[in-house]
Amino acid sequence: MNWVNIVLQGILLGGLYALFALGLALVFGVMRLVNLAHGDLGILAGFIALALVQSAHLPLVWSSIITIVLMFGIGYVLQRGLLNFTLGTDDTRPIVVTFGLSIIIQNGLLVAFSADSRGLDAGALENASIRISNQIAVGWYPLLVFVVAIVSIATVQLFLNQTKLGKAFRATSDDREAAELVGIDNRHIYALAMAVALVTVAIGGIALAIRTTFDPSTGPFNLIFAFEAVIMGGMGSLWGTLLGGVVLGVSQVVGAQAFGTGWGILCGHAVFLLVLALRPSGFFARTVTA
Amino acid sequence: MQRRGAGLLHGGHAGVSILELQDVDVFYGDFQALFSISFSVEEGQTFAVIGANGAGKSTMLKTIAGVLRPRSGRVLFEGESIDHVSAHKRVGMGISMVPEGRRVFPSLTVHENLQIGAYGGRTGDWDVASVYELFPLLKPLAKRQSASLSGGEQQALAIGRALMSNPRLVLLDEVSLGLAPVVIKRIYEAMEALPARGTTILVVEQDVQHVLTVADRVACFLEGRISLEGAPRELSSDDITAAYFGM
Repeated sequence: MNWVNIVLQGILLGGLYALFALGLALVFGVMRLVNLAHGDLGILAGFIALALVQSAHLPLVWSSIITIVLMFGIGYVLQRGLLNFTLGTDDTRPIVVTFGLSIIIQNGLLVAFSADSRGLDAGALENASIRISNQIAVGWYPLLVFVVAIVSIATVQLFLNQTKLGKAFRATSDDREAAELVGIDNRHIYALAMAVALVTVAIGGIALAIRTTFDPSTGPFNLIFAFEAVIMGGMGSLWGTLLGGVVLGVSQVVGAQAFGTGWGILCGHAVFLLVLALRPSGFFARTVTA
Repeated sequence: MQRRGAGLLHGGHAGVSILELQDVDVFYGDFQALFSISFSVEEGQTFAVIGANGAGKSTMLKTIAGVLRPRSGRVLFEGESIDHVSAHKRVGMGISMVPEGRRVFPSLTVHENLQIGAYGGRTGDWDVASVYELFPLLKPLAKRQSASLSGGEQQALAIGRALMSNPRLVLLDEVSLGLAPVVIKRIYEAMEALPARGTTILVVEQDVQHVLTVADRVACFLEGRISLEGAPRELSSDDITAAYFGM
């Protein structure tokens, strides 16, 4: 039993959670929408990639790229055609609608793919590892996912800080009506925000599908982990999702090692509650968005 | 005095209204805020709307900006009805509003607030450099988060942001509210530079004193109706007081 190794694995697992949390934080930051279907949308991406590999016999890389592009489109249409109409006066409406959407996606996947557990095969990459010392080894694949998470967060943050469109996201988040008065169409901005969010969760879903097995009911678990990462990180902070994800990942892996496999997830929840009690606004408490 | 003369000249040659409201009724749910409002603003004019709190001035500006829709009546911009045009598209047509309470984007820097002001606007003379020229106080603050600015600085920024879209018509809502007299004076001085560039101003104020010095024409709102309209020099202060308070 090597604790350094275990903590390292927990940190890398945090990258996967951050990929699920990033889109959740972005959407909440830009339009105060709590998307309860976020986890299921990630799993949907995993199934789309799987279908493209199995039925269309595309290589994994290409099927992933196509899936990500598809999820961008799905995000835009979903927000513009449905979720935009739930925003406004009543805060419970988007919650009810995305909860319904979550059920629809899960049952749709059940009909299309059955309840069997599936996995995406990434070949030799899945088991290759770098041996740092006798005791410490890092898997290439978890490391790759962690790097992808960092690159994704950095890209979204750079987009928000540096581009004209990114500034329009922040302006809309600050004050929707004032943003309209400078010529920003908030319906379009919201749709783009959801599209970007679904790109990030599609990456997360595919990463999850390669790492472990998944089935149509896997989404809600990942939604909860994503929520925990977002809240621990500080609502609206993108880099906070990475720290939140890492804290969650380390708690789970260390907990599983210390108390037995079944205890890992519970330990994650316990640490989350502890953080919530001690630092209710998260590690990077910021009042403004993203 | 010089300014007013220029305004009259503009009024003289233009004849064409840049903005016209025809029998506009606006409601909030069942509550009627504006009753059959009609007036027109000529290009290059500074048109002031005064009136007490709740008279419907801001409602009227929001209707012109497209944030609110009239239940009946029409809003014409350059002779064309714009009632079907959404608020964000009106910016591209040349209508820009400085909303009440400044409403600068707090998480953006001063510079970014100005940049975003050009988002949906037209191209023209106004850019970040010329706004800094108009409001030199903003330049050293360029990299500051706008949430940290004083009220007067935020008001200058809000006006600068509106100008970034190179508007033909600027709607100013209560620009003097909550500001020190010396700051109000500076903001009004800056506003006097706009008509020379062909920009039309529609300004709403509760505070009558400053606005009458720059206005070519004034309308007084009382409980959702126009109680008085005319050129400021033709109106006695008694007329204005009576129209303002409904006596």
